[in-house]
Amino acid sequence: MDKKVLIADDEQNIVISLEFLMKREGYQVEVANDGEEAVRRIRASRPDLVLLDVMMPKKSGFEVCQEIRSDPEMAGIRILMLTAKGRDTEVAKGLALGADAYMTKPFSTRELVDKVRSLLEH
Amino acid sequence: MQARTRFMLAVVVLFLLMTGPFLLTALIVWVETAGEAREMLVKVLSPHLTLGTLLTAMGFAAGVGVVRVLFRQYVQGLLRMSENLRLMLGANRGFRVQPEGPPEVQQLAVAANELASQRDALLEDVEAQIARAKASVELEKDRLAALMSELTQSVVVCNLDGRVLLYNNRARAQFRALSEAPGVAGGGELIGLGRSIYGVFERNLIAHALDTIQQRLRRGATQAQANFVTTTRAGQLLRVQMAPVLSLAAPALAAAAEGETAGGQGAEQGDAGVVGAADETLPATAAAAAAEGAPERTLTGFILMLDNITRNFETESRRDQMLHNLTEGSRASLANVRAAADMLEFEDLPDEMRTRFRKVVRDEVQSMSQRLDQTANEFADSLKARWPLEEMFGADLIAAAQRRIEARIGLPTKLEEVDETLWVKVDSFSLIQAITYLASRLSDEFEVREVRFRLTAAGRLVHLDLIWSGQAMSTETVMSWELEPMKIEDESSPLTVRDVIDRHDGEMWLEREKVRHRAFFRILLPAATPQEQAEAETYLRGESRPEYYDFDLFAWSEKSHALDDRLLSELSYTVFDTETTGLNPSQGDEIIQIGATRILNGKLLRAESFEQLVDPERPLAPESAKIHGITSEMLRGQPTIDKVLPAFHAFSADTVLIAHNAAFDMRFLQLKEEQTGLRFDHPVIDTLLLSAVVHPNQESHRLEAIAERLGLTIIGRHTALGDAIVTAEVFLKLIPLLAEKGIRTLRDAREAAEKTYYARIKY
Repeated sequence: MDKKVLIADDEQNIVISLEFLMKREGYQVEVANDGEEAVRRIRASRPDLVLLDVMMPKKSGFEVCQEIRSDPEMAGIRILMLTAKGRDTEVAKGLALGADAYMTKPFSTRELVDKVRSLLEH
Repeated sequence: MQARTRFMLAVVVLFLLMTGPFLLTALIVWVETAGEAREMLVKVLSPHLTLGTLLTAMGFAAGVGVVRVLFRQYVQGLLRMSENLRLMLGANRGFRVQPEGPPEVQQLAVAANELASQRDALLEDVEAQIARAKASVELEKDRLAALMSELTQSVVVCNLDGRVLLYNNRARAQFRALSEAPGVAGGGELIGLGRSIYGVFERNLIAHALDTIQQRLRRGATQAQANFVTTTRAGQLLRVQMAPVLSLAAPALAAAAEGETAGGQGAEQGDAGVVGAADETLPATAAAAAAEGAPERTLTGFILMLDNITRNFETESRRDQMLHNLTEGSRASLANVRAAADMLEFEDLPDEMRTRFRKVVRDEVQSMSQRLDQTANEFADSLKARWPLEEMFGADLIAAAQRRIEARIGLPTKLEEVDETLWVKVDSFSLIQAITYLASRLSDEFEVREVRFRLTAAGRLVHLDLIWSGQAMSTETVMSWELEPMKIEDESSPLTVRDVIDRHDGEMWLEREKVRHRAFFRILLPAATPQEQAEAETYLRGESRPEYYDFDLFAWSEKSHALDDRLLSELSYTVFDTETTGLNPSQGDEIIQIGATRILNGKLLRAESFEQLVDPERPLAPESAKIHGITSEMLRGQPTIDKVLPAFHAFSADTVLIAHNAAFDMRFLQLKEEQTGLRFDHPVIDTLLLSAVVHPNQESHRLEAIAERLGLTIIGRHTALGDAIVTAEVFLKLIPLLAEKGIRTLRDAREAAEKTYYARIKY
């Protein structure tokens, strides 16, 4: 069965690339444009992995991450956080809140694909 | 009424003298005659008795008239004259007795006037000598005051009680910004001589800083200073540096101020003490004193140097924000571009997707360029703050450059077009040096015989052009002029013209005007916004040297005396006056203006005044405008009394209130107590009553009459502040006159005032 990936980001210009990339890798793709929508979609369709942007309207990536991790039923969902904030402290915060991996923008798409793949294999 | 009793006594004596001998004779005749002779006597006399009584009565009346005239001329006239003579003795030396009444009295008056003239001549001589001696002391004082007022840093000096002894213009302007009611009191309720610094800063904060200083002093530190940053009640951020005022001569100071003439001598001694103390804070002296175990220097006060860093703080936050936007925004955009670029590399990309990815790249690159431009612009502004550039009137800069070029290299200069509205932000010294250097090379190497200046606006920048007629040099020459260290005759500088221009974040280039056969250097400089009006205003008020300092307060400790037993000459006062809609506060008349000034240690602090129009929230009778000149248009939009009274209450805190006919003004204030919750329970002094105490025989105690009697010139009467100032001057003149009558303390003054006749009038 195809793995499901949710892309949560409010910037259309990155969503379009990520969507294309993930589909090309053979995943089922769903898109959420803000934090609240992300939580709703994650609960509804239980994706295998979420590409989660930190800076989003309504709810930040940190909040979304926290909410998902507080629900044991969704423990299996992998979270890869994407952020424009480059500070070490924020990376530490994201990982502490339960993200499985963290990538700082700008990133290489090859690395992203590798990371997604490795997260989904485990 | 001693004179009156004597008058009655004189009338009784006159009566006895006129009737006594006659009645006595009649009695003797009556006793000695008997029988028929007595009947005969009665018969003869009785028809004429009425006439006799009438004649006696008329004689008596005439006698009383004469006594009265004599009494008026000799007793009351002389009493009045003696009051006037006392005036000549003290309060109004120029006053002369008007010779009037009988010739003898007139001669007395003339003689007294001559004596007074002789005394004046002698006094003037003595005064001239004193003035000469004083001049040097005054000079010192002026120098200190001038230094203080010109400082660009705010300085406030306080005694250990936290009372302000000195502050400068800058501090005044700064406190205006701190005021919670800037429109009403203009910061005057926060800063003023004798006011408590604890109105602005937490007491603990100051105490802690003083502790730190004491500790450092004990360790023999060379620079015992303390620093702290605090927010004020109005939400401003202040950086404060505190330094101690140390003194060896503290006991002498206290003794000086103990004297009754706290205003004169005490001030000078206190002054000298400060200068001395400043010397002692020099590191070398301090260290030496500590090492030799010299007598311990006592802390008599502290100096606060204030820096309002609210704006710096804002600038820094803005810079942070900018940096943040730049980095994060760029990261996101880069991510979008990079991802899109990666996608474009896939061979199997459908055409429609390829177009979309290309659009992403284009859009993101464009938004990144915009962001970069924006940041660069804003950063340029905040970078300029790094080098201490001063704001300067453009025309002044040009004038200074002209003077320098003409003086240093003897090259004539002219003005072409100078925009008089421009302000520039420059380091004037180095900039003028650079301009002079360019002019000198023009004169030396190109035989230029005259240079001209032009100053024009160019958006956020200013063009400063140095123009000459004749040939233009090559670009290489210009380059070498720019990059060689500046040297004008024997004066050389490590800086180059380029350095100076960079320091201003400016640019410079050569332009040619071929048609007019001229060329010019154009220097681009940052423009500055004209300096704030508020600051200029504070310089205007008060004609000469403003009374921003009072060193007598070094010896002032509030706790040592109860207010009542304090000398009148050493209290601090708020002298005020109100203009009102009418005379009956209990029938709804309201205050429309409050004016007040302050007296401290026998000195009138004109610069620390309070003046505010008040919207009475009721119509104003047009005829009342004739008295105070205030019309209803002027009151429109003014604050109401419940806004103004709190500010006035703060302005008058910890002082004794003075007003002319104070009962009237106090009634207005007290009627508002319930509405505003503010109690005006200050001690109150009334100059009208005190004048009546000093001069009981004068008919008028109107403010004008008193002022004239005391030799004061009146200006600006019938504005609240004008009247308050006259009242204050009257009070200062009354202090020595009251002292002659043994009235020295606040308690004495109050008791004497209560006894006078006018005290019975109640509003």
